Amino acid sequence: MNISSQLWLAAVTCFAAIFTNNILLMYFLGLCPFTSVSREVKTAFGLGVAVVFVMTCTAMLNWLAFRYILAPLNLEFFRFIMFIIIIAAFVQFVEMVIDRYSPKLYHALGIFLPLITVNCAILGASLFMVIRDYTFIVTVGYGFGSGIGWLLAILAMAGIRQRLAHARIPRGLDGPGITLIIAGLMALAFIGFTGVLG
Amino acid sequence: MGSVALAVMIVSSIAAGLALVLVVADRFIANYGECTITINDERKLNVQGGKNVLSALTEEKLFIPSACGGRGTCGYCKVKATEGAGPILPTETPFLTPEEIEKNVRLSCQIKIRNDLKIEIPEELLAVREFEGVCAEITDLTYDTKLFHFELQDPPTIDFVPGQYIQLLCPKYKGNREEVYRAYSIASDPAENTTLDLVIRRAPNGICTTWCFEYLKAGDAVRFNGPYGEFRLSETDAPMVWVAGGSGMAPFVALLHQMRNENIARSTTYFFGGNKAKDMFFIDLMRQFEKDVPNFRFVPVVVAPDAGEQWDGERGLVTEALEREGGDLSGHEGYLCGSPGMIDASIKGLKQLGMTEERIFYDKFA
Repeated sequence: MNISSQLWLAAVTCFAAIFTNNILLMYFLGLCPFTSVSREVKTAFGLGVAVVFVMTCTAMLNWLAFRYILAPLNLEFFRFIMFIIIIAAFVQFVEMVIDRYSPKLYHALGIFLPLITVNCAILGASLFMVIRDYTFIVTVGYGFGSGIGWLLAILAMAGIRQRLAHARIPRGLDGPGITLIIAGLMALAFIGFTGVLG
Repeated sequence: MGSVALAVMIVSSIAAGLALVLVVADRFIANYGECTITINDERKLNVQGGKNVLSALTEEKLFIPSACGGRGTCGYCKVKATEGAGPILPTETPFLTPEEIEKNVRLSCQIKIRNDLKIEIPEELLAVREFEGVCAEITDLTYDTKLFHFELQDPPTIDFVPGQYIQLLCPKYKGNREEVYRAYSIASDPAENTTLDLVIRRAPNGICTTWCFEYLKAGDAVRFNGPYGEFRLSETDAPMVWVAGGSGMAPFVALLHQMRNENIARSTTYFFGGNKAKDMFFIDLMRQFEKDVPNFRFVPVVVAPDAGEQWDGERGLVTEALEREGGDLSGHEGYLCGSPGMIDASIKGLKQLGMTEERIFYDKFA
């Protein structure tokens, strides 16, 4: 495949990862922060942006590690451990750099950055890229798209929940219960995107 | 078997490599170099950047009161940060009033040193030191209150204003998994500055009092820091009413020593309350002070002596004894030390007798 067709494929994969194959609403990955940090649009946006950044970068790093270290050594089965170690190290490193050079951003992100280490959507994106045998350029598109998709979903949820704060919800459903129901409805809505690029 | 070992080796070495990268990054990226903390525009400290202000000051033997040890949960370690402290953090806001935020008051444990800083701390905190000593003697005062007599070793003397308190370090023991500091008022003569007396009443399940009562023995080493606190004699000649209960006796002993040493002859009535006659202590000491300190009068009050207990002094609540004394207290000053309940009741009683709130000083045990 030449570069231009790869770029086109990356763009399509990116679009698909945002809408038709949204990692949160289609695969239900990263639900834990999705339910706990979606009370306010502002904090949801902070976490979402951090996810976009970390997901894009770790997908690239993990692709390189898989292709040039694990695959040649026939250690593909170690990818779960490898990927999570690389994600943790990367997040730690980024935290250090941000703390040093942009204290403002550091305080804005606050607890979100370390939280992302254990966000399964990040690990999921890296594992999907292996299963689907993406090239490097497509992986970049996929990682970025998945992050944007996650950001979009949590932003929408936060917007809805801010309105819900004034709604009368049956007591048993208040909190995570109603959040999961809404997530299901949002997932149904996103299914409507299927075939857009067909 | 060999391939398994090889695989494990390879993955471990990759992980080790990443860890190494992080260590190197920590060394270079998170290296903030040497920073200067200017305290009250006069004293300059050179400290290694990267840590928080509270721990940097502690390393330089400057003790800011802190009960949680820098975890941002007690809100005691407030300092004024006038320059270089960066924006106020969400972890600090619950502990600060709008006026404090206006005045740049911050929690020193939450300020990370990234550059040169200017801070202001109360002058008297600069005099706070850490002390090592020996518990020389433990005396029973009542069934649940003891007098602890410490001899200082390093530094060998302590200078304090009578009425101030120290923070005693309670070490780990069976049932207590972390070191904690607890505050106790100093009950000794400021002139005898090589020793220190504390009056400690046993609190049910108290972490530090349990240690003091069950583990601490004469001859054991003790550590504490201080002195702290604003509770002290005012610089007026106004007549005084003192009210104390239980171990609230402690600061008043120090005040009486001060009055005897400095020939202070302010008219003073000291109401000391307890539930039973067996709660009373230091009666003889107080009678001696009545002879030595002019215009000092000691009024012990017992709520309800048990049948068979010998008690010929005042009876009832301290506040009732206050009312019986009567008179107009509008020109008096009130000094209170004891449990929050007793203090609140006494403040109410004193106000009813005409004392204004700004003339009432107290040290509440929380």
